[in-house]
Amino acid sequence: MSASAPRFVPEPERYEFYSAPIHRFELERRDFFRILGAGIAVFAIASRSVSAQETAPTHGFHMEDLPEEISAWLHISEDGGVTAFTGKTEVGQNIRTSLAQSVADELRVPFGSVRMVMADTLLTPFDLGTVGSRTTPTMAPQLRRVAEAARDLLVAEAAKRWNISAEKLIAADAQVKDPASGKSISYAELARGKTLAQQIPSADPVTPPTEWTVAGQSIPKVDARDFVTGKHQYSPDLRRPGMLYGKILRPPSFGATLTSFDPAAAQAMSDVTLVRDGDFVGAVAATEREAKAALDAVHTEWKEVPQISGADLFSYLKKNAETSDDDRARTVAGSVSDGLASAAYRLDASYTVAYIAHCPLEPRAAVAEWRADGKLTVWTGSQRPFAVRDELAWALHVPESRVRVIVPDTGSAYGGKHTGDAALEAARLARAAGRPVKVVWTREEEFTWAYFRPAGLIEVKSGVMPDGSLSAWEFHNYNSGASAIETPYSVANQHVEFHPVKAPLRSGSYRGLAATANFFARESHMDSAARAAGLEPLEFRLKNLSDERLRAVFQSAAKSFGWPAKKSGAGQGFGIAGGTEKGSYVATCADVQVDQKTGSVRVVRLVTAFECGAIVNPDGLRNQVIGANIQGLGGALFEAIAFENGRILNPHFAGYRVPRFRDIPEVQAVLLDRRDIPSAGAGETPIMAVAPALGNAIFDATGTRLRSMPLAPRGLKA
Amino acid sequence: MPAPLELEINGKSYQVRSDPDTPLLDVLREELELTGSKYGCGEGQCGACTVLLDGSPRRSCQILLSIAAGSKITTIEGLERDGRLHPVQQAFLDAGAFQCAYCTSGMIMSGVALLAQNQSPTPSQIVQFMQGNICRCGTYPRILEAIQNAAKSMREARP
Repeated sequence: MSASAPRFVPEPERYEFYSAPIHRFELERRDFFRILGAGIAVFAIASRSVSAQETAPTHGFHMEDLPEEISAWLHISEDGGVTAFTGKTEVGQNIRTSLAQSVADELRVPFGSVRMVMADTLLTPFDLGTVGSRTTPTMAPQLRRVAEAARDLLVAEAAKRWNISAEKLIAADAQVKDPASGKSISYAELARGKTLAQQIPSADPVTPPTEWTVAGQSIPKVDARDFVTGKHQYSPDLRRPGMLYGKILRPPSFGATLTSFDPAAAQAMSDVTLVRDGDFVGAVAATEREAKAALDAVHTEWKEVPQISGADLFSYLKKNAETSDDDRARTVAGSVSDGLASAAYRLDASYTVAYIAHCPLEPRAAVAEWRADGKLTVWTGSQRPFAVRDELAWALHVPESRVRVIVPDTGSAYGGKHTGDAALEAARLARAAGRPVKVVWTREEEFTWAYFRPAGLIEVKSGVMPDGSLSAWEFHNYNSGASAIETPYSVANQHVEFHPVKAPLRSGSYRGLAATANFFARESHMDSAARAAGLEPLEFRLKNLSDERLRAVFQSAAKSFGWPAKKSGAGQGFGIAGGTEKGSYVATCADVQVDQKTGSVRVVRLVTAFECGAIVNPDGLRNQVIGANIQGLGGALFEAIAFENGRILNPHFAGYRVPRFRDIPEVQAVLLDRRDIPSAGAGETPIMAVAPALGNAIFDATGTRLRSMPLAPRGLKA
Repeated sequence: MPAPLELEINGKSYQVRSDPDTPLLDVLREELELTGSKYGCGEGQCGACTVLLDGSPRRSCQILLSIAAGSKITTIEGLERDGRLHPVQQAFLDAGAFQCAYCTSGMIMSGVALLAQNQSPTPSQIVQFMQGNICRCGTYPRILEAIQNAAKSMREARP
């Protein structure tokens, strides 16, 4: 246990990667099989290169006597059932299904025989978190490698049994077959009575996408029936024997400290446990209502601190900018002033992006249970179970080895569930109450005490030559982040920089991180530059773009949309935008209708072309792309957190508008399947081009360039 | 301890001990362990807690126990019959009309209520009726499709 707080850096782009561990311990086979049952087990060892990614094992591993570098493992039981283990979490991105597809594909077994055990710090390998669209590019190959090694082991077993060379045998349909004699033997039979374990390096070759059979198919979501019948238990649905309910007394504003605490009236209530620990005040009772009633009876006084309000935000960000010491935050090439001097057209504009909330429909929630021996188990919806384990260990002063975090498949996160806030609260209250405690945040708590996608100010200067080629590009992002800050367009003279700011609201990851903000500023600016140079917006982009994959998504979106389109009436406008991030490529075309009397903006149609290498599950991908477009529409047009002096002014769905049925346009996803390219993640990038495509379409419709997200919170007349 | 109130849920009778002014959602989830109805906002704004009261869709977080006590209540747990899913459930399953699926119970209950009063809703009628249900993952187009498909299969199943 360390004395200082573990590093809870919420944005992957700012992660400090740990180096690989020094020790590797021998496998204790006995322990594996005591837990998993007899059969065949295979363990992947993370290589140094993988260690630099999120799956790096950086902390002690707590399943007894397991080596520290294991990144994934798999077990084949005596009945032929396959169980694969990963620390990744299912938050609606359908990764439980797509990872199982990769395992089934590589092991040559039917999809239905694979079960995934996920996100349990006792049972699954260490994992840094389900973040940054990394699961598909890093975890799927590792699971494939263990599956491939298991297949080899099974073939070797059959070869030994039949006394034939292994090269003559093939694995298919959960069997090892000898094509010459027609003999076959099932995996189940081969696993029977065995306690075979094998460690493999994680660099073994795996089946290329061109030969996939189970992967690449639109297999429906695993356990889907449990979701349409209400049987699936999310964290807020769980119950433990003797469980009580906890509520937390929230300060009146951010950063307020408790100066006076009088619990007398609450203490007089029966069956209530009150906790005060520093500025933390909570109550536990038999029901949530009783716990809340107890807190209502507590008298407290707080010392508040004056804070920046929304009205002053952007000038504050500019004035308080710091220089990042991270080299990744800055790209400088050529001379921007020379590039501007030689330009025929010069543009200079500022863009802003508001704070927005994730609003996962499942609020933060946790159930915490202490055992008599001092071990703690917490069930909670989080994208980072191991980080939550570390937070619990640190905050509660217990060794990590005594803390287990289990993440049930969770009611979405979108980057908003990287921390373990509700887990800490439930654990603290459960320790005081001596009983298991459930804490479920209210929507107002979720809107106030979670963290937000950072607001930002972006300043862009550009120069364009008479022929439409870019000669200069200067781009400064204040506070919102460095994701996708680099321009994909060819420009010799450029200065691109991210400036961190000590910002007023608690901020963290959000689907796509700052890429949406950077796409918005860049692609809005590119639209202005095209018009300044008298070029059609797509033509201008392609003229300055050599990346073939990005060109391909622009051209595919344009083709499916019918770009350039002909307006059918006043108030109609079309916009296009695109870019690349996290190894995938996106372009979106938008058709909007602005009501010229009321100023209301209606999105009529979105067409998004997306390419992320080889597609693992086309239907799941289509669902992600369309969902991301719809979520992106909210942040683009109307979502914004209003705040004043440490208080959130709109902490309810009534005051914070999210996309609903009436807002939904026709959305078309055009998926480019590149079987020749390894799969990239797909949960984030499809959201990124929506806002600039809409802004460009609104300009096309009205001649007004909107440079602030949200673009039209109350229509265009506000 | 107040006198128990009787609730009729999914054709079964329950004696409940919660205060009469407890929201029905809390009674369902905490006292009766019927957790298929979800807490999403507690403000009647998101629809995740939607149940049917005498066939009408209601936000159970906004209905007090004392009010619910006189009605026939249907929750997501009561739609399946003898192992057969309700056509709306089946249509959601077939269309893959979910991602995280936290909103799904409420969406299905609203869809069931709509099709009970309108056998052939137009897309704009569905949109109008479902406006109070939020899907933050943005699966609205599939939900729309699922409800249309369910309407079709229910019409075809009628003699």
